[in-house]
Amino acid sequence: MKFVRTLFDRQKKHFLKGGRLHRFYYVFEVLEVFFFMDRKTRSGAHIRDGIDTKRVMVTVMAALVPTVLMAFYNTGLQANLILSRSGASVPATWQQSVLQSLNVGFNPAAIGANMLHGALYFLPVYILTFAAGFFWEIVFATVRRHEINEGFFVTSLLFPLILPPTIPYWQVVLGISFGVVIGKEVFGGVGMNIFNPALVGRAFLFFAYPAQISGDRVWVAVDAVSTATPLAAIAESGMHTGVSWLDAFLGFIPGSMGETSTLACLIGAAVLIITGIGSWRIMFSVLAGMTGTALLFNLIGSATNPMFAVTPLWHLVLGGFAFGAVYMATDPVSGAMTTGGKYIYGALIGFLVVMVRVVNPAFPEGMMLAILFANAFAPIIDRGFINANIKRRQSRYAR
Amino acid sequence: MLEHYLGLFVRSIFMENMALAFFLGMCTFLAVSKRVETAAGLGIAVVVVQAITVPVNNLIYRYVLADNALAWAGLENVDLSFLGLITYIGVIAAMVQILEMVLDRYVPALYNALGIFLPLITVNCAILGGSLFMVERNYTLGESAVFGLGSGIGFLLAITALAGIREKMRYSNVPRGLRGLGITFITAGLMAIAFMLFSGIQL
Repeated sequence: MKFVRTLFDRQKKHFLKGGRLHRFYYVFEVLEVFFFMDRKTRSGAHIRDGIDTKRVMVTVMAALVPTVLMAFYNTGLQANLILSRSGASVPATWQQSVLQSLNVGFNPAAIGANMLHGALYFLPVYILTFAAGFFWEIVFATVRRHEINEGFFVTSLLFPLILPPTIPYWQVVLGISFGVVIGKEVFGGVGMNIFNPALVGRAFLFFAYPAQISGDRVWVAVDAVSTATPLAAIAESGMHTGVSWLDAFLGFIPGSMGETSTLACLIGAAVLIITGIGSWRIMFSVLAGMTGTALLFNLIGSATNPMFAVTPLWHLVLGGFAFGAVYMATDPVSGAMTTGGKYIYGALIGFLVVMVRVVNPAFPEGMMLAILFANAFAPIIDRGFINANIKRRQSRYAR
Repeated sequence: MLEHYLGLFVRSIFMENMALAFFLGMCTFLAVSKRVETAAGLGIAVVVVQAITVPVNNLIYRYVLADNALAWAGLENVDLSFLGLITYIGVIAAMVQILEMVLDRYVPALYNALGIFLPLITVNCAILGGSLFMVERNYTLGESAVFGLGSGIGFLLAITALAGIREKMRYSNVPRGLRGLGITFITAGLMAIAFMLFSGIQL
């Protein structure tokens, strides 16, 4: 480490004012912070808590660890289940060739084999997301002459978790570029975005290249195998899909890489709530909105549409509901900020997601668009609460 | 019957949102969305104009303009539908004129805030679009009243949300070339992606 320190100290003069590489000072700075984390408070600080953006982001990433582990395990498990059932011997993808040359095998009962198989799918997507997004961060930070903010680290981890394992790599790069540039940077960067950048990127891919991100063929990392997500299967043929509630809760179902496990999301939710980083009000009201709407649909009932009969307990464990409610809806920048506004914002998401799942035949899952929709209305909801508050205080004090 | 009207109402607000699904009325949508109060005022003006002009135009179309519509006056086989556009515009212009006088008299603050954009509602394509959709889809009088009200409310909802976002963005460091209309276009586009939520719902 000492060697790196001297290297940085020796090179620093080129990046300081007047140095020939001054333009790239912030690139240098972010690398230095990355290695040494030595951001010192140099002026009088009047802060009660040392929590800053970096600690917030690190905590969110820690809360995401369970879902990442499940992404490794479940992606591999789903692929190995199909492979062992069909007995395919010829490797069709490079991941399978690697596994075969390592002599790992495709046994769905072996945890290690599943993890490795899943990692070979998740990690390239993650690395590409990180590289492409970080590139744009550097470009914008250099042009605008500000520090590179840590906000992107969370986005870069969220984005691959909500993609299917078979996503083409060029689409990963395109999607995160759209999310970071159009979803965040043109609005002024971290803290200024109106919509969640990861969801903007995914929504862009969803509408631009629907074949690679929706339908039956993309959810399991085996070529040309058709496996519907349980949500799509229920919409098609009712509750007799052969998936048990426990499997869906633990996450052993096909779906986007990180979103299948409700248990992992609940662990993450506990971390976020205990540290006070994620808003329990939003999580609670998303859940309440979903439960109320689902019960209403259960009550109405329908002879032709099996989705009417799906109970709140099933809505909770299927699709991206838990993941969206815990990690996406609680985004402190794009979500509502006022206390009352959070309840309305969350309930709106819960209502919309069930509504889309039940009555919109075009999309089997609605979490992504429900959150984006609520993002669009969060400022006006907040405004309503702020103005009501101002009016109340005025009537109390400013007579 | 009630269910049918309710379905039409919800559809005209969300699934067929004038601003974010059809991209009609963009000039007002983008230009008058800087402040929430003004935007909401304009939105309400659009609701009023839309809720009155669509049924009125419906009556005119049904009893004067449509093929063989003048049979009640003893004129068989007269087709005046070529006069459709100009008649609808005339009705809309008259409505807007009345609304302008009312606002000037009773809500002068809003009248001044809306400025040139109030008379411009006359040529707002969302308003004319409402009447033309009504003719094309052959709505009855009741349906056209519901549709007019619903599409107006949809526009109000969209423009208020956009204004809320733009107020929040006032202190954002938007790249210089995109400040003003550029970023508003991008915001409207992203909002339209969110409104895709409703596309495909059959009511």
